[in-house]
Amino acid sequence: MIFFIIRRLILTVFLLLLVSLITFAIFFLVPRLAGQTPYELAAQYVGRNPIPSEIKAVEIKLGLDAPLYLQYGRYVKGIVLGVHYSDGTDVSYCPFPCFGYSFRNEQPVWPQLISDAPVTLSLAIGAAVLWVTGGVAIGVLSALRRGSFFDRFSMGVALAGVSLPVFFTGLIALELFSYKWSVFPNVHYVGITTNPLLWARNLVLPWVTLAFLYAALYARLTRAGMLETMGEDYIRTARAKGLPERQVVIKHGLRAALTPIVTIFGLDLGLLLGGAILTETTFSLPGLGQFTILAIQNQDLPEILGVVMIASFFIVIANMIVDILYAVVDPRVRF
Amino acid sequence: MAPLLEVRDLRIHFSTDDGLVRAVDGVSFSLERGKTLGIVGESGSGKSVTSLGIMGLHHGTKARITGEILLEGENLVTASSARVRELRGSKMAMIFQDPLSALHPYYTVGNQIIEAYRIHNQVSKKAARQHTIDLLGRVGIPQPSVRVDDYPHQFSGGMRQRAMIAMALSCDPELLIADEPTTALDVTVQAQILDLISDLQSEFGSAVIIITHDLGVVAELSDDILVMYAGRVAEYGSGADIFDRPGHPYTWGLLSSMPRLDRERTARLIPIAGTPPSLIRVPPGCPFHPRCQYTGLTNGRCDTEVPALRAVATLGHEAACHLTAEDRVRLWAEISVGEVPDEAREILDQAGEPLDEAGDVPAEVGQSVAQGGVEA
Repeated sequence: MIFFIIRRLILTVFLLLLVSLITFAIFFLVPRLAGQTPYELAAQYVGRNPIPSEIKAVEIKLGLDAPLYLQYGRYVKGIVLGVHYSDGTDVSYCPFPCFGYSFRNEQPVWPQLISDAPVTLSLAIGAAVLWVTGGVAIGVLSALRRGSFFDRFSMGVALAGVSLPVFFTGLIALELFSYKWSVFPNVHYVGITTNPLLWARNLVLPWVTLAFLYAALYARLTRAGMLETMGEDYIRTARAKGLPERQVVIKHGLRAALTPIVTIFGLDLGLLLGGAILTETTFSLPGLGQFTILAIQNQDLPEILGVVMIASFFIVIANMIVDILYAVVDPRVRF
Repeated sequence: MAPLLEVRDLRIHFSTDDGLVRAVDGVSFSLERGKTLGIVGESGSGKSVTSLGIMGLHHGTKARITGEILLEGENLVTASSARVRELRGSKMAMIFQDPLSALHPYYTVGNQIIEAYRIHNQVSKKAARQHTIDLLGRVGIPQPSVRVDDYPHQFSGGMRQRAMIAMALSCDPELLIADEPTTALDVTVQAQILDLISDLQSEFGSAVIIITHDLGVVAELSDDILVMYAGRVAEYGSGADIFDRPGHPYTWGLLSSMPRLDRERTARLIPIAGTPPSLIRVPPGCPFHPRCQYTGLTNGRCDTEVPALRAVATLGHEAACHLTAEDRVRLWAEISVGEVPDEAREILDQAGEPLDEAGDVPAEVGQSVAQGGVEA
């Protein structure tokens, strides 16, 4: 087990290196192949109507005139150790982990990522708690009362949940609960350390909106899984022991049906931590998703590179945790 | 003294989209304490449905159950499901066919037995664990104090079935139902498991119902035998009677399709022609008549009149067949020595195998035909 985790961690490092290499190639190698000169690239850092000498200075300071493999090495080194930028007279140090400087505001990328991450974290984890409990509970009840009104109704709602995009349900929720009935007026992000109550109150709508989408999926998954496991022989054995039905369902049925849900959950959460773009945009939450959108709109390469690295980090880690959880959940899995 | 279990006119019907499935249709039998009843029949004859009905495991399905199941005088058909649940596992326990799928893959064998024990006994986890280790030792698991923490997939097939037996016996039940306990096991292990069941039966004093399609299994263990066909009782009597003087053509079919050590290796095994009937459209009259070769002897009563299960004086037990007692004695006398009665020749002729050469058919071929015939 320990060896498995160590092996997976080493693999994770290689995977992240590969991701960085590919993203770096897309954003720096491809434009150059298309004819972009280092000078033109440097011009993007400088701002409107720059003097050519300024551009040249930036080009030299950020090392954009160096061969690409050196630039990549420097980029990775920046992430791991931090890096010094110097044009001879003006020396600036970008401390570890350095993801370079934003084109937009000439600020280092990493502190911006760090300041935006808690927003996404709050959104994703809160919604995850809602959708897992809600989705699994609805799925179990639907499976047990297969064909009943509750089953049909909740599966109908689930179909709607899977089909309706967040920017639709989110806007409807905002219109009704925020503007029309003022249940949650003036939705904006407040840090949990600033005011926990306000933090939670303002996040209720985004949580519910995001959870609705996923809960629908999880309800359907749980229902299918439960229908399958409740027909298994070991369920009959549990009943034959005289176990109360509630324990048969939860301890024997749900336990076995949960395995695929744990898998999907890890991956979904990992994906979301890299930025819930639609939800964050709909509710104007300044998280990693909005950061990504802005970075793309501004063609801010270092920012895009940074957010891609963070997102892939979350996904790779989530994958690893899922694999480890597999062995915890299912004793037949051994490493 | 009243028998431990008495089943009277039990009917278990399932309504499906295709019609009413009469899985069990008027079955009656009784079982004394400490005795063994073998229920024999092909797949789909209603033997498993009967046993699940006794255990009350049809609750929550679309089964409609009528009749009486009296366990120590208490009618389980009308009892509340909470009451039946209380009895399940404590008074009556069940062993299933495939021990791998009947054990939960995510819990250790020990925990599953501990769970079964603690449902009905207010004891500490530690005491339950000790009890479980004792039980595992008694059913012949080596190093029970170590293996108690193994998962089912770490057990061999025979050990899993032993663990299932330990689980069933954990609360010292009065009635043990074994539903095809050896079908999923290696032949070498089958005999061990049967021996174990009969040893433990004498040790625990439980009554046992063994459900099987294998007459060899019941021959060894059963005091009484109930032969089921299409949800009804074809023949019911003591084991010795049924093997010596079977009174139903279906039982003859089962017996003559079984290889026997007291016959020549080359003796012909005779399959039962045809397949079991649909339980939605059970044939009118005797349900076995479409496959029976002796319907010509009863003036057409077999196609129209349902034969009652009644005692036949010359046989000493009950059978549901229209044949006269003399015909049965004569026919069985011929069949039991390996001859084929004139009435049954047609079927073998149709099979395209001349009877004169029947003696030369290798036993293996005969066996595979027989098995195909019985299990089809």
